[in-house]
Amino acid sequence: MAQTEIKSYNLNFGPQHPAAHGVLRLILELSGEVVDRADPHIGLLHRGTEKLIEYKTYIQAMPYFDRLDYACPLNMEHAYVLAVEKLLGTEVPPRGKYIRTLFSEVTRIINHIMNTTSFALDLGAMTPMLWGWEEREHLLEYCERASGARMHMAYFRPGGVAKDVPDGLLDDIYAWCDRFEKFMVDMESLLDGNRIFRQRTVDIGIVSQEDALNWGFTGPVLRATGIPWDLRKAQPYDAFEDMDFDVPVGKTGDCYARYLVRMEEMRQSMRIVRQCIEKMPDGPVKVDDNKISPPSRPEMKRSMEALIHHFKLYTEGFKVPPGETYTAVEAATGEFGVYLVSDGTNRPYRCKIRSPGYVHLQGLDLLSKGHMLADMPANIGSIDVVFGEIDR
Amino acid sequence: MALTTEQIEALQDLGHHVAAALSDQVRETHLSKDELVVSINRQDVVRVLTFLRDDPNCLFVQLVDVCGVDWPERDERFEVVYNLLSLKHNQRVRVRLTASEDTPVPSVVEVFKTANWFEREVWDMYGVFFSGHPDLRRILTDYGFEGHPLRKDFPLTGTVELRYDDEQARCVYEPVRLTQDFRNFDFMSPWEGALDPNVAATARALPGDEKASG
Repeated sequence: MAQTEIKSYNLNFGPQHPAAHGVLRLILELSGEVVDRADPHIGLLHRGTEKLIEYKTYIQAMPYFDRLDYACPLNMEHAYVLAVEKLLGTEVPPRGKYIRTLFSEVTRIINHIMNTTSFALDLGAMTPMLWGWEEREHLLEYCERASGARMHMAYFRPGGVAKDVPDGLLDDIYAWCDRFEKFMVDMESLLDGNRIFRQRTVDIGIVSQEDALNWGFTGPVLRATGIPWDLRKAQPYDAFEDMDFDVPVGKTGDCYARYLVRMEEMRQSMRIVRQCIEKMPDGPVKVDDNKISPPSRPEMKRSMEALIHHFKLYTEGFKVPPGETYTAVEAATGEFGVYLVSDGTNRPYRCKIRSPGYVHLQGLDLLSKGHMLADMPANIGSIDVVFGEIDR
Repeated sequence: MALTTEQIEALQDLGHHVAAALSDQVRETHLSKDELVVSINRQDVVRVLTFLRDDPNCLFVQLVDVCGVDWPERDERFEVVYNLLSLKHNQRVRVRLTASEDTPVPSVVEVFKTANWFEREVWDMYGVFFSGHPDLRRILTDYGFEGHPLRKDFPLTGTVELRYDDEQARCVYEPVRLTQDFRNFDFMSPWEGALDPNVAATARALPGDEKASG
């Protein structure tokens, strides 16, 4: 048979593709069905968050963080409020710290349910999504009961949280943990040993430890290569110091390992949730300083002082002493950092958002080189990209 | 996340170590809010980051973030900030250099692969040029975008707006038209600090104080 020359060609993957997890335009250079180069074009969801924040007071800037990684909003808020608190030099009361830790783990589970089940859906398994989203809905309901909003909670504040959790919520979350354990077993029985799932994930998108560090990978993607690095352990913030939990690591660094790490992380998050509820201290949930946190509503109706504080806080906000800080938290997708520069006014001078998805998406080229086109959804799903935080 | 005394001392030691080993490259090191900041000469950034990555006392193997900051009133208006992380020593360091619109910064993509997109973002947002970068395209803004949006003199509203035109059956760009200007309130109070005689004497103790006298 005569030899034929196979010409390489470009393929436009997205920006409207269900497996792109958002508005990703991916230019793939293919030779046959093998990917030679993946060039993600991002920015289709760019809203200029960093620019907008420079024109808002410190409190007004907070809700923008929900809208970055909308799959685990409270982790983003957490990084921001920690950065502001560091510049202010505020110490949060213990109950505030515990509630923040509790809800940052709740959103981590929300994110991981969404990621692992939609990852399975991308690979053809529909049932985990249907089951998982039921559990996720419960958690979103708990968030709604605490903050008033299902997804964009805006619950954390510099100095604590917006308000205390309502009666009975902690008991309900505790009871939910038992049910969730059963769900985890069910979901693992569907996927872990599933032949199709394994064929599509094992040995796909392998990252070595050196590459993972050099490319700046963090979170589950880094841990799947076997590096036990977790900011909650290494540089604990809020109440993570008091928590007893393990850091799961993978061995192979492929898509399957990343999936397994996320599954185990959900279990560990559940452990932290339980411990938070068991050890939950009493007391105030935010700092007792009306220059930073608003007075209570009834007090505002009676006291002139409180009224003035309330008015000043919501019009002018508070001034933050000049300084700069890089503060990072372990978000569900990896290290989420905020580099905050203050010039002493009531607005951030510069707020750089370091999102893990941005770095992971950059590594997509590394992950997919030499793989088949059909492996692209697995690779994209396994690095857990959310375009809100990538495009900012 | 407050650091212990030992950790702060370790950071100070690290600062001395870096300053001693790279005396020609490093301008100064200091701790700010318990975070080590190393200010360096612009042309030495590759050397410094390679040292920080490979030196056994540093081992900052991860470049976590690169970002720009705009200070329009300064001679070299841009700051480029590199945040590094050492997994071995559990430390962070911030490397800082200055640049202007016409002075290129050497790219560190050869040292850290992850710098690629970060440098593209700084180029896109601030217009700081990175020499030796393999692929310095815009990244977050639209195809064909003009200007560098995070510069302080770039308007918050932008300059063009996009809409779909029915007659031409395509998207068209037009200059931004707003029925009301963006209301940029000045919250700096001239009264604060006035009560304290010491503060009033030194003036400008708080932003906005200058309004009381002027």
